[in-house]
Amino acid sequence: MIQFSVNGEAVAHTGDPEEPLLWVLRDSLGLTGTKFGCGAGLCGACTVHVDGAARRACVTPVKTVEGQAVTTIEGLGAQGLHPVQQAWIAEDVAQCGYCQAGQIMAAVDLLRQVPNPSDADIERLQTNLCRCGTYTRVRKAIFRAAAAQGRTPATEGES
Amino acid sequence: MKASPSTATTGGLSRRTFLQSTALGGLMLGLQLPLAGRVRAAAEFAPNAFVRIAPDDTVTLIIKHFEMGQGSTTGLVTLLAEELDADIERVAIEYAPANAQLYGNALLGGAQGTGGSSAMADSWTKMRRAGATARAMLVQAAAQRWRVPAAEIAVSRGVVSAGNRRATFGELAAAAAEVPVPETVSLKAPGDFIYIGRESTRRVDSRAKSTGTATFTIDVRLPELLTAVIAWPPAFGATLKSYKADKALQVKGVVDVVEIPEGVAVVAEGMWPAIKGRRALELDWDTARAGPASSEALYAEYEALADQPGQAVVASDDTAPRLAKAARKVTATYHFPYLAHAAMEPMNCVAWLHDGRLETWSGHQFPSIDHPSAARAAGLETSQVTLHTLVSGGSFGRRANPWADFTVAAVQVAKALKDKHGWERPVRMQMTREDDTRAGQYRPLYVHKAEIGLDANGALSAWRHAIVGQSIMAGAGMLRDGQVDESSVEGVEPTPYSIPAHSVALHSPAQPVRPLWWRSVGHTHTAFAVETLMDELAEAAGKDPVAFRLALLDGDPRMAGVLKRVAEEGNWGRELPEGRAQGIAVHYSFRSYVAQLVEVSLRADGLPRVHKVHCAVDCGVAINPDQVAAQMEGGIGFALAGALYGEIDIEQGEAKQSNFHDYRVLRIDEMPEVAVHIVDSRLDPTGVGEPGVPPLAPAVANAMYRLSGKRVRRLPFAAA
Repeated sequence: MIQFSVNGEAVAHTGDPEEPLLWVLRDSLGLTGTKFGCGAGLCGACTVHVDGAARRACVTPVKTVEGQAVTTIEGLGAQGLHPVQQAWIAEDVAQCGYCQAGQIMAAVDLLRQVPNPSDADIERLQTNLCRCGTYTRVRKAIFRAAAAQGRTPATEGES
Repeated sequence: MKASPSTATTGGLSRRTFLQSTALGGLMLGLQLPLAGRVRAAAEFAPNAFVRIAPDDTVTLIIKHFEMGQGSTTGLVTLLAEELDADIERVAIEYAPANAQLYGNALLGGAQGTGGSSAMADSWTKMRRAGATARAMLVQAAAQRWRVPAAEIAVSRGVVSAGNRRATFGELAAAAAEVPVPETVSLKAPGDFIYIGRESTRRVDSRAKSTGTATFTIDVRLPELLTAVIAWPPAFGATLKSYKADKALQVKGVVDVVEIPEGVAVVAEGMWPAIKGRRALELDWDTARAGPASSEALYAEYEALADQPGQAVVASDDTAPRLAKAARKVTATYHFPYLAHAAMEPMNCVAWLHDGRLETWSGHQFPSIDHPSAARAAGLETSQVTLHTLVSGGSFGRRANPWADFTVAAVQVAKALKDKHGWERPVRMQMTREDDTRAGQYRPLYVHKAEIGLDANGALSAWRHAIVGQSIMAGAGMLRDGQVDESSVEGVEPTPYSIPAHSVALHSPAQPVRPLWWRSVGHTHTAFAVETLMDELAEAAGKDPVAFRLALLDGDPRMAGVLKRVAEEGNWGRELPEGRAQGIAVHYSFRSYVAQLVEVSLRADGLPRVHKVHCAVDCGVAINPDQVAAQMEGGIGFALAGALYGEIDIEQGEAKQSNFHDYRVLRIDEMPEVAVHIVDSRLDPTGVGEPGVPPLAPAVANAMYRLSGKRVRRLPFAAA
């Protein structure tokens, strides 16, 4: 049995320990915001956070998250919209929208690592694929979210 | 239940949450009442097939188009809300059932479907009229209730008023339902628009798509839902000889293995056991008739065919003599590969056979094809089949499918299980990325050969052009014998350029690979040939590429207009740093005009880096300007991916590419900065989903020539 948490709730997986986290989330837990795009860690549509860091769930055997905290797009917005989601909506980033949950999860981790990213930081860290070509707006939304987070009281106090 | 907007059950939610919860509610309703259909509330007002107004003020728009990301849902909501004077924030949506009589597309011959960048053009009058009709009836109901002339009644954001009397749409719904439907209604003058043409009108689906709550086919949840993964033929034309399922059946979670006409389906309680089960199958395929032998062999065969007479698309007696007398000639042969769509959501469909009926859930882009196809596969009448159309993770043409391949496969699996076990469990047929990439239904491989003459003054004298490649329309069974497939030649002929003597020949060989339209269809290759040739001709004539084109566009002010506009906005001919060059192209497609000016440098590997794209578009009225911009941005990214890397290479009937590592799509660091310039227009709206694609690749190739001195004759650039 593999125990971990998803969006703050304890989960026990009794099936195949090799099963990718993606299918455990989608098929066993019904958390369908995390998408299947390639099954090979190439596109990032399945991006979730494991202990706060972005991880591609389609190539993450569930046994490797034992004891760790998994956050999905459903958990990200649990206390109202995350600033990154607000930025995504403000920029109308989504077209088909299929990759966007993964893009948002990747962007949240990007801003955790680099609160005020440059274009080069975004190009290095935001490696998720979008077939609709929303990249111009993904970039704008990341800058918008970075600016919004910079205005939050916590970081204002620091500056 | 009556409620004012401020206290309604939905009043505390933003429109986006409301839309999203309604979408889910609609799905649940479908589950609860699969047979009974929808029961309309007694006091609901439904003046036509598109709009319903409930006593709780909910305005529901029935969306007649499939949403693959192109934003047509937002466009339809905008049109209806404008003429209804509804509060656009409070318009809920439902995707239409299969019913071509009610929801057919006049631009697709009345078929119910989404394609050819036609949704807004087809809806421009239809949706506004639907809104205006409902508005007129609400006004009439208020006039009767208040005993005031209709002319004294105002409507604003869902509230009808006269003097100090006011009523919400919901309060008038029951009375409006009793008013005769007016035969004529007047539509607003453009100057009175509050939603159309406004940047402040935003996408209706951004919230759902930013919170993971939009329901795609892969997300459909039903009681006892099974997952099927299919072992498809490994090569085009291969057929199954035999298979052994013993080991697959031993995989925990696999419930059965069934054969369907095209392959072997592993059916499981989830995706992971289905994938493992498929790996454990032992399959014996007959590949004797697999083909084509290779992409390279096709290029050679097609080049030889191009020199044969072919089907005459247009033929001028003057072409040969003028070419013989030409002062200068440009000749070129182009190679264009097979291309997969690579939509982010691999193809899928949920099929549920129960109680003598069939329900399907999918991105049903063409209900007029999917509905009868699903019925045939199930052995039912269409009246026994309900299609639920969901949003999908892209399409780019893939889901508008004459074979309804993924719908039919899902139904076949459900039927095999029912026939074998009597099960009435719903099944989701889910392709993996590899299945999707290798499934065929590609933009066909094409060869173009052109021979063009200039006279002594550098003026265009004659143009001979041959195109060789599979006919998409013939493949789809939509072409009469002897008919020219316009989708193979569109952009070469007809052309907006004035060509004194023009001869175009077409060869349409058949292949075991299913051909399919791919975002902008024939223009994906014709624009590349024509617009790179225009630059070559300008150079041969010693003229500026923009001036050379403009001289041939005398009779087409809108083509000339976007070309001039982009040249101005992008400062054509400006000084650039060493190693950078501009390139330009203009193309007409799907009734819209798009010109693009690019700034390019060459990477160390010789591939272009596109830094900036100026894009001028004339699409008539821009209903949602920010979404027109989004489609131009997306079209540019899609086109650039294809131009840089797009190639399905075939050997012995097998597609060599399988996933994003070898069938590359664009990455964020390759996406250029895009500036979209929309021509101000009051003409009826035309397409934007596809027209952003065609000019990009030739504009980049023209810039590459300025940097390297080499003409690009083969796509993708990575293969040239």
